[in-house]
Amino acid sequence: MFSDFDFGVIWRALPYLFKEGMTFTLTLTAVATVGGVMLGTVIALLRLSSLPVLPKLAAGYVNVMRALPLVLVIFLFYFLMPYVGQWALRTSQPIQVGALSSTIITFTLFEAAYFAEIMRAGIQSIPHGQVAAGYAIGLTYRQVMSYVVLPQAFRNMLPVIFTQTIVLFQDTSLVYVLSITDFLGAASKVAQRDGRLTEMYLFAAAVYFLISFTASMLVKRLQARISIVR
Amino acid sequence: MAMISLRNVSKWYGPTFQVLKDCSVEVKKGEVVVVCGPSGSGKSTLIKTINALETIQGGEIVVDGIAVSAPKTNLPKLRARVGMVFQHFELFPHLRILENLCLGQEKVLGRSHEAAMVKAEALLDRVGLKAHAQKYPGQLSGGQQQRVAIARALVMDPICMLFDEPTSALDPEMITEVLDVMVELAREGMTMMVVTHEMGFARKVAHRVVFMDAGEIVEDAAKEDFFARPRSERARSFLSKILSH
Repeated sequence: MFSDFDFGVIWRALPYLFKEGMTFTLTLTAVATVGGVMLGTVIALLRLSSLPVLPKLAAGYVNVMRALPLVLVIFLFYFLMPYVGQWALRTSQPIQVGALSSTIITFTLFEAAYFAEIMRAGIQSIPHGQVAAGYAIGLTYRQVMSYVVLPQAFRNMLPVIFTQTIVLFQDTSLVYVLSITDFLGAASKVAQRDGRLTEMYLFAAAVYFLISFTASMLVKRLQARISIVR
Repeated sequence: MAMISLRNVSKWYGPTFQVLKDCSVEVKKGEVVVVCGPSGSGKSTLIKTINALETIQGGEIVVDGIAVSAPKTNLPKLRARVGMVFQHFELFPHLRILENLCLGQEKVLGRSHEAAMVKAEALLDRVGLKAHAQKYPGQLSGGQQQRVAIARALVMDPICMLFDEPTSALDPEMITEVLDVMVELAREGMTMMVVTHEMGFARKVAHRVVFMDAGEIVEDAAKEDFFARPRSERARSFLSKILSH
């Protein structure tokens, strides 16, 4: 069955696939994870705060984002961002937002909703006595959060954060709808150019599997090592 | 002058359940006051109102001349001067012992890291745990953790110390090592308010014993009087129960 296949296509395309494609995929994954965790932590803190209105807004944001398909959000943001930019910067014309910056912003905002829920669970898992102990030595709310609660919450949630990152790594392939060359996009281009669809998609599947599976194995190991002894 | 003064303190949980009913008590400078009573009587809640970890709805609390529940009171500043030790230690599990002792000094008092370390090591030595400075709280026994917790409060140079059932979560063989540290502290003249059932400790160092039941302060008497001639029936029955064995 494989006798008709030309796996040499893959070999010749490797530099392009990895230098162009995979570099973009990994960059997007990393930026959206870091940005998403930071923004998500802020959203989680707002949601858990006793401020007026803001908890509801934060909850609304999370619920809306999690109720929409990612592809839809990618499209929507791509078309809306120029107008939002125009309104925000008060320019006369819709601003130019490239597909690249649009995806990075979209993924960060979208993932933030998921990371917000993870961080909220993490913050709520810290016993109230820890907060009381922080206050008792004179720390302010902000200090209790930054030195006592968040480091523990982040650490407890690290395996879940990484698991979400693995899902995100796979989801980055959706940028094909904006014709961006991520790893899958690059494979797809080569496949169509050389008429070698099966070889290229099989290879892409193998690479995604290898990376995701290895990463989730590492997360499992991390989980065993990281739990804080109380 | 009173170091800690509570006047007619009242607190409700929800609209109907009153945890603290008109509680008034004073602790003078250098005095050791033990608070005891059956569980659910409001002792822990009462002691936590003093550094505003619990809010109150009625009455007034004054610590070293500062009204605790006044809106303009700088609570972090006040709390930094009032040491507190919890039933479940509440050391920060992600920080080493020394880091636990330095956090408040550096972030609240603004001491340099070097000065904080010197102070932390001195206090750690005092509670007999210098060898454990680089360990994490989870690597220590309960009694050791509680001694570290006392040191964490003492590095802040508190004007008084609050203890909320400091030995209730400990195995029997570890109670003594914690009480020894507390007795020493009391003998040095530290102002202390201690919620505890350790009547041996009360007999040894307390000046006064406050007995609470159902959110009320039922008795507030000199130690000798409380143990020899408890005035109320409730205190008599409580004492007979915990001293019978």
